[in-house]
Amino acid sequence: MQTPESESVVTEQDTVTEPLLSVQDLQTYFFTDEGTVKAVDGASFDVYAGQTLGIVGESGCGKSITAKSILQIIDRPGRIIGGQVKFSPDGAAVQNLLELEPNGPEIRSIRGGEISMIFQEPMTSFSPIHTFGNQIIEAIRLHSSLDKIEAHELAVDWMRRVGIPTPETRMSEYAYQFSGGQRQRAMIAMALCTEPRVLIADEPTTALDVTTQAQILDLLQTLQKQNDMAIVFITHDLGVIAEVADIVAVMYLGKVVEIGPVESIFSSPKHPYSKALLSSMPTIDAAHRERMPSITGAIPHPQNRPSGCAFHPRCPSYMSDICGLKEPELVSVGTDQQASCFLYGRD
Amino acid sequence: MLGYLIRRVVYAAFAVWAVSIISFFIINLPPGDYVTSYIAQLAIQGNIIGAEEAESLREYYGLDQPIYVQYLKWMNQIRQGNLGFSFEFGLPVNDVIGERLILTMILAAATIVFIWIVAIPIGILSAVRQYSIWDHTFTFFGFVGLAVPDFMLALVMMYFSFVLFDFSVGGLFSPEYVSASWSLGRGIDLAQHMIIPIIILGTAGTASLIRITRANLLDELRKPYVATARAKGLSEWRLILKYPVRMALNPAISLTAYILPFLVSGSIVVSVVLGLPTVGPILLKALVAQDMFLAGGIILLIGWMTVVGTFLSDLLLVWADPRVKFEGR
Repeated sequence: MQTPESESVVTEQDTVTEPLLSVQDLQTYFFTDEGTVKAVDGASFDVYAGQTLGIVGESGCGKSITAKSILQIIDRPGRIIGGQVKFSPDGAAVQNLLELEPNGPEIRSIRGGEISMIFQEPMTSFSPIHTFGNQIIEAIRLHSSLDKIEAHELAVDWMRRVGIPTPETRMSEYAYQFSGGQRQRAMIAMALCTEPRVLIADEPTTALDVTTQAQILDLLQTLQKQNDMAIVFITHDLGVIAEVADIVAVMYLGKVVEIGPVESIFSSPKHPYSKALLSSMPTIDAAHRERMPSITGAIPHPQNRPSGCAFHPRCPSYMSDICGLKEPELVSVGTDQQASCFLYGRD
Repeated sequence: MLGYLIRRVVYAAFAVWAVSIISFFIINLPPGDYVTSYIAQLAIQGNIIGAEEAESLREYYGLDQPIYVQYLKWMNQIRQGNLGFSFEFGLPVNDVIGERLILTMILAAATIVFIWIVAIPIGILSAVRQYSIWDHTFTFFGFVGLAVPDFMLALVMMYFSFVLFDFSVGGLFSPEYVSASWSLGRGIDLAQHMIIPIIILGTAGTASLIRITRANLLDELRKPYVATARAKGLSEWRLILKYPVRMALNPAISLTAYILPFLVSGSIVVSVVLGLPTVGPILLKALVAQDMFLAGGIILLIGWMTVVGTFLSDLLLVWADPRVKFEGR
């Protein structure tokens, strides 16, 4: 957790520096035979160098699709139909990644080069029939002019940096020969060996046990400090978010419903969904046999997105004269904190 | 790894031995023996053979002995590389099969190569461009290829190659090369004559391998490691060929082992229609005449080819998929 002093420093930076990555009104729809699924429907957030943006939400809220949309690696039948992903590494001219040709050389040099991604399942995210060395060296050589031997040395070096013992021998091993934690370490090595400016981590610790999880989070934070790298950390685990994030974006049905500094979100959440999500977290000081609070109702089927505010059928503060009729916009509800709810203004 | 190989070789040897027993007894299952069918044949021509003469014929061929004695005698001959004597041809089985077996294997190998070269690129294209016009076209022709019996395809192709190209399909050699010894000219002549049989024999296998490659690759394309490779910045074709295609090929490799014996035994009708000098028509003839050593010899060879084919494809799998050699330890 950050102290309030460092928080104000961050706020100062916000006014001075441009965001490294700025996602604006991103819309990614899936066109299936059964109808259109609006997986991401107007998500917006900014990511700054050296900071971690945590994206949190229930399964199916569009977190992973948002991440994949940034790099344009959506599988069919998904399509990005609107919005902007502005990327400006270290003061370079702002570039809208969505305007680049989907598989063209420009976006490919950014993928894995300036913006890397790590995934939830380190077992299936590696090819089972290629060695770690092969796959890491491939990433290095795609984004540098190193020859095979230099790339090999760099890969070994990165395996060592992420804490894999005897990296030289393990370079020639396969995914099934590694433990889950080691695989995720190797995945981090593969993502970071090109020294990206942004790392998108899509539930990187979800498949790991708690001890390994803590080690991986430590590792990511250490490496982030070394490179002043921005991290977009996607998870449904609020405990993990509290530990790693500087800024938190809460997503519900493809939209960011609340965004703000991690302390503000955890201490005074404004959106009814954020409140409900936080109160459904198990607490250590709950009374014995007390029923855990949960959000009423279930996530609507993505094809039957409720009208107006998508959360209104489950919302405890539902206002019948507006919530089901109009879509709320993000409005300022505190220092750097925004929420999209009519409780904070009806415009 | 070496232990795995040795165990596979031992299994293979055991399998060949089991095939020899089963094939020998299956051939002896139908009532009667070669002498019965020989007598029936002579009877059609008006020659009636008495019971005594029949018995002496049986004695001559060794058919009066118990089956297990006949089997052991046969095995003893095979140990010396002799597959026995063909009653029907009045020649040693080795001489009857001889060149036909070589031609059969050349044809089978060429057909497998043809199937791979045609089916795998089409299968990949169909999966990567799923539901495109290409996919639909190849799917359509694939089903046609599976559904049309190959003897019919053989007749149609014979007709058109004769009418359109004035090229007589039949046999594997031009008349002047039929009994010539091997030379470059004979090889070229064989290659020319093999084109149409390969297409006919390979159509069904090609169609099924297209379907298998397509289905496997569609599964693999959705796997997370493809997303990883894409997120790395690899170009689409490079990543498809390096990762999911390699994975999708494993079942195709296993399948090849099963195509091999099918090409030998399953091609009988096509071989008869096209007049191909392969072992297929001989097998048919031997079974009809209850020429047990000839039929047994051919079935044993087919069984042996299956075992060797499976063994080779297992070796290919070990090479293609590093997980296999560790699981098999």
